[in-house]
Amino acid sequence: MNFIHLIFYAFAIAALVSGFMVVVARNPVHSVLFLVLTFFSMAGVWILLRAEFLALILVLVYVGAVMTLFLFVVMMLSINQVSEREGFVKYLPWAALMMLVITGMIVVVVGPEHFGLTQMPAPPPEGANFNNIANLGAVLYTDYAYAFEIAAVILLAGIVAAIGLAHREPRDRKSQTIEKQIAVRPNERLRIIKDSK
Amino acid sequence: MNFTMPIFSAALPEIFVLSMACVILLVDVYVGKRFSIVTYSLVQLTLFFTFILCAMQFREYPQAVITFSGHYVLDKLAVLVKLFVLVTAFFCFAYGRQYVNYRNISRGEYYLLGLFSILGMLIMASAMSFLTIYLGLELLSLSLYAMVALNKDSGLATEAAIKYFVTGALASGLLLYGISMIYGATGTVEILSLEKMAVFSPAQTAVILLGLVFVLAGMIFKFGAVPFHMWVPDVYQGAPTSVTLFIASAPKIAAFAVLMRILVEAFPSLHVEWEHVLVVVAILSMFFGNLLAIAQTNLKRMLAYSSIAHIGYMLLGIIAGPNSHQGYSAAMFYVTTYVIVAAGAFAVIALLSRSDMEFDQLDDYRGLNTRNPWLAFIMLLLMFSMAGVPPTVGFFAKLGLL
Repeated sequence: MNFIHLIFYAFAIAALVSGFMVVVARNPVHSVLFLVLTFFSMAGVWILLRAEFLALILVLVYVGAVMTLFLFVVMMLSINQVSEREGFVKYLPWAALMMLVITGMIVVVVGPEHFGLTQMPAPPPEGANFNNIANLGAVLYTDYAYAFEIAAVILLAGIVAAIGLAHREPRDRKSQTIEKQIAVRPNERLRIIKDSK
Repeated sequence: MNFTMPIFSAALPEIFVLSMACVILLVDVYVGKRFSIVTYSLVQLTLFFTFILCAMQFREYPQAVITFSGHYVLDKLAVLVKLFVLVTAFFCFAYGRQYVNYRNISRGEYYLLGLFSILGMLIMASAMSFLTIYLGLELLSLSLYAMVALNKDSGLATEAAIKYFVTGALASGLLLYGISMIYGATGTVEILSLEKMAVFSPAQTAVILLGLVFVLAGMIFKFGAVPFHMWVPDVYQGAPTSVTLFIASAPKIAAFAVLMRILVEAFPSLHVEWEHVLVVVAILSMFFGNLLAIAQTNLKRMLAYSSIAHIGYMLLGIIAGPNSHQGYSAAMFYVTTYVIVAAGAFAVIALLSRSDMEFDQLDDYRGLNTRNPWLAFIMLLLMFSMAGVPPTVGFFAKLGLL
C-alpha cells in the first residue's frame, strides 16, 4: 500500500459517501452540493487513471457550469421538503434488504479474485511527451465520429423537447400588437362624445 | 494511427432522416401554427423516402457491411427492422393525426420528436457496438418521454411521463453498469470484436455474465417485461393515445434487433447462461401479463398487459433460436405481427376518441357494432389475431414459434 493507494481510497470513499448523501440529504440544496463533491472526487479518481483532460473538463464543465445552473434551479423551485420524504422510512427496510442481497450475490459470484492486475493488466506507462488531448481528439473525430454525432443529435432532441414542454401559448398577456396600432384608421378610433349639456 | 474513411452511403437513411429533421425544424418555425399540415406532410414524406432508401439498400448490399470503425452494421436484419420501423411509424402518425389535432398537441415538436425517436430506432437497428446501442436507445427514450408529456393539460399524461422518465433513467443506469462490466472484462465495446474472441477464460466469463445480467435487465426494462413491467400500464394509459400507439409499436422491433445483436451476435458462446435468465423472464411475462390483463377495465391498460405477455412469447423465440433452424426468424415474425396488431388496436382507440372524451373504458365499447360496424369488425379481427385464432396472422406467428 503506497501513497497512490491512499489517495485513491480517499477520493473513492469521498465519492461514495457524498453520493449516498445526495440521496439522503434533507435539503435539496445540500443534495446538489454533495453532488458537486461527488463529481470532484470522481475527477480525482480520473486523474489517477491518467485521464487528466477529462478530469479537468469534469471539474470545469460539470462542477463549474452545469451544477451552478442546477443550484439556481433548485433554489428557484422552492421544493416542499416534507412531502418528499413520505414513505421513505416505510420502504427503507425493503430497499436495504434488496440492496444487501444483490450486493452479496454479486460478491459471491464475482468476488475479488476476478479482478485485479493479474486479470486485467495495467496498460504500460506513456512516455514523457504523451499528449492526452491530442489522442482524445484524434479518436473522437475518427473512430468515434459516428457516436459523437449521435450524442450531438441527442442534445438537439433535448433542446426541442425542453422547448416543447416549457413553451406555452401567450395567453392572458396584455401585450401591444404594433402592426395593428400603426395600421389603425381614423374611423376605428374611439371618439369622445362630449356631453352637450 | 490507421483510420479508414467510413462508407457513408451505408448510413444514408440515418443521414437523410437527420438532415430532414433539421430542415423541418427550420420550416416549422416559419410556417406558423395554421399550416401544421406542412410539418406533418414533410415528416411523412421523409419517412416515405427513407423507406425507399432502405429498400434500395436491401438490394445493393447483399453482404453485411461493417463500417464507421466497427460501430455501424448494415445487414439483412438491420434493413428489415428499419423498413418495419418506418412503415409502422408512418401509419402511427397517420392514424394519430386526428387525435392530436383534437388534443391541441399537433405542434411541430410532436412530429419532430417523433422523427428524432425514429432516428434513434434506425441507429439501434444497425448498431454494432454497445456505445451506439446505448446512444440510439437514449435518443429514442428521450424523445418518447417528451412526447408522453406533450399533452400539458392532462395530469395523467404528466404523471405517466415522470414515471416513464424515472424508470427509464434507472434502466439506462443498469444498462451502462452492465456495459462497463463487459468492457472491463474484454476491453472492447464492439460486438464484432466480442464475436471474434468467441471463447472467454473462466474469470472473464464470470464478469461478462454479471455485465450481461445487468444489460439484460436494462433491455427488459425498456422492453417492458416482468419483473420490470410496472411502468408499462401506467405509461400506456396516461400517454395520449397517438403516443401510446407509437410507443407500443415501432420501439419493440428496434429493441428486438438490439437484443439479437447483444445475445446472438456478441455472446453466442454464452448461450446456455443467458438462456436461463430469459426463460424465467419469458414465463413470468406470459403468466402475469395474461393474468393481470383479465382484471382491467381500461382498454389501454389491458393492451399494455397483453404487450407484456407478447414480449414473453417473443423472448421464447430468441431462446429457442439456436435449437431450430428458424427460431430467430419466427421470433422476428412474431414481433412484427404483434406490432402491427397492437398498432391497429391503439389506432382504433385513437380514431374513436373525440376532443372531449377518451374512448378507452371497456364499457365505452358496448354497442359499438350498431354505431360503427366497420371499426367493430376490425377490432374483432385484431383481438382474434392477438389471441391467435386460426385464420388471423397471430395464429401463424404463434405456430411459427412452436
